Amino acid sequence: MKRGYIEAVLAANNEGRSVALATELRSGAQLFLDGDQVEGDLALDDGSVATMREALRADRNISLDMAEGRVFVQVFSPPRRCLVVGAVHIAQPLVPMLIAADYRPIVIDPRGAWATEARFPGVELSTEWPDEAFERLKPDRSTAVVTLTHDPKIDDPALVAALRSDAFYIGALGSKRNHARRLERLAAEHGFGENELARIHGPIGLDIGAVSQAEIAISIMGEMTSVLRRGSL
Amino acid sequence: MSDHAEILEQAASWRNAGKGVALATVVKTWGSSPRPTGAKLAVAEDGAFVGSVSGGCVEGAVIEEAQAAIRDGEPRLLDFGVSDEQAWEVGLACGGKIEIFVEPVE
Repeated sequence: MKRGYIEAVLAANNEGRSVALATELRSGAQLFLDGDQVEGDLALDDGSVATMREALRADRNISLDMAEGRVFVQVFSPPRRCLVVGAVHIAQPLVPMLIAADYRPIVIDPRGAWATEARFPGVELSTEWPDEAFERLKPDRSTAVVTLTHDPKIDDPALVAALRSDAFYIGALGSKRNHARRLERLAAEHGFGENELARIHGPIGLDIGAVSQAEIAISIMGEMTSVLRRGSL
Repeated sequence: MSDHAEILEQAASWRNAGKGVALATVVKTWGSSPRPTGAKLAVAEDGAFVGSVSGGCVEGAVIEEAQAAIRDGEPRLLDFGVSDEQAWEVGLACGGKIEIFVEPVE
């Protein structure tokens, strides 16, 4: 692998783009694909390049059996993001767990006293209101959304924006009773139907009897992982 | 797949410091392999490494091959196909099979 490809992968991912690299496994010849740009010393026919683009879109590594030999196509995607709404106590153990699981956490809380560098050293923080932050960050199908404030003024706009996005996971902290009220509000004030509201995992997290903040964070990570890997619980 | 950033950054940083570097990548798996395709291990010429291709089972052998690839500049395709009976001897205690591509970073 050329050093230039390593740097190109990292640069594209930093800018939010996925790229793919095809490698012929005997010679090591390679073809690098970034948007419309294709470069490298591996000659692939148009059909194979199209298959490579398909793998890129699906975010899946594949093998191609060619007359010349076997070709491995690896897709390099930017890290999944998790928008954590509420710079609250639970967010403090949750953020390092997200980082360990290869997520890029972004903590959003319009209350400046909460979203501080002192409480979240080195973490990406936003003091925008959730609707503004979501407009800027554009959650997509590789984004998870977690609302933790218990405050409808902050959580509801985040959930509205999340439901209008392709976010793969949406979870909302709060008791069963509060969650039922929340769903009623979202239906009455924003017109969401039952199927849309069913995308919200609430009360958030797996039922593992979590008590401490860290244990609740573990239950959230478990649920998020199950939805990511299995599509459901 | 997105756990590659740290490994590629380390590979680039070793290379930029003038060290020889090779990358190992899982390209095929059978059975209960501990790491999926695309999993990577970066190895420097002095034997330092970051990442994982098998959760620790065959890393030792892969690191040796990676150092050889740094020396001769040639890629290699390694097979760790083991039956359950042989698994302990080769180190893949899970009995899975994996194919690993090792390439020098130019």
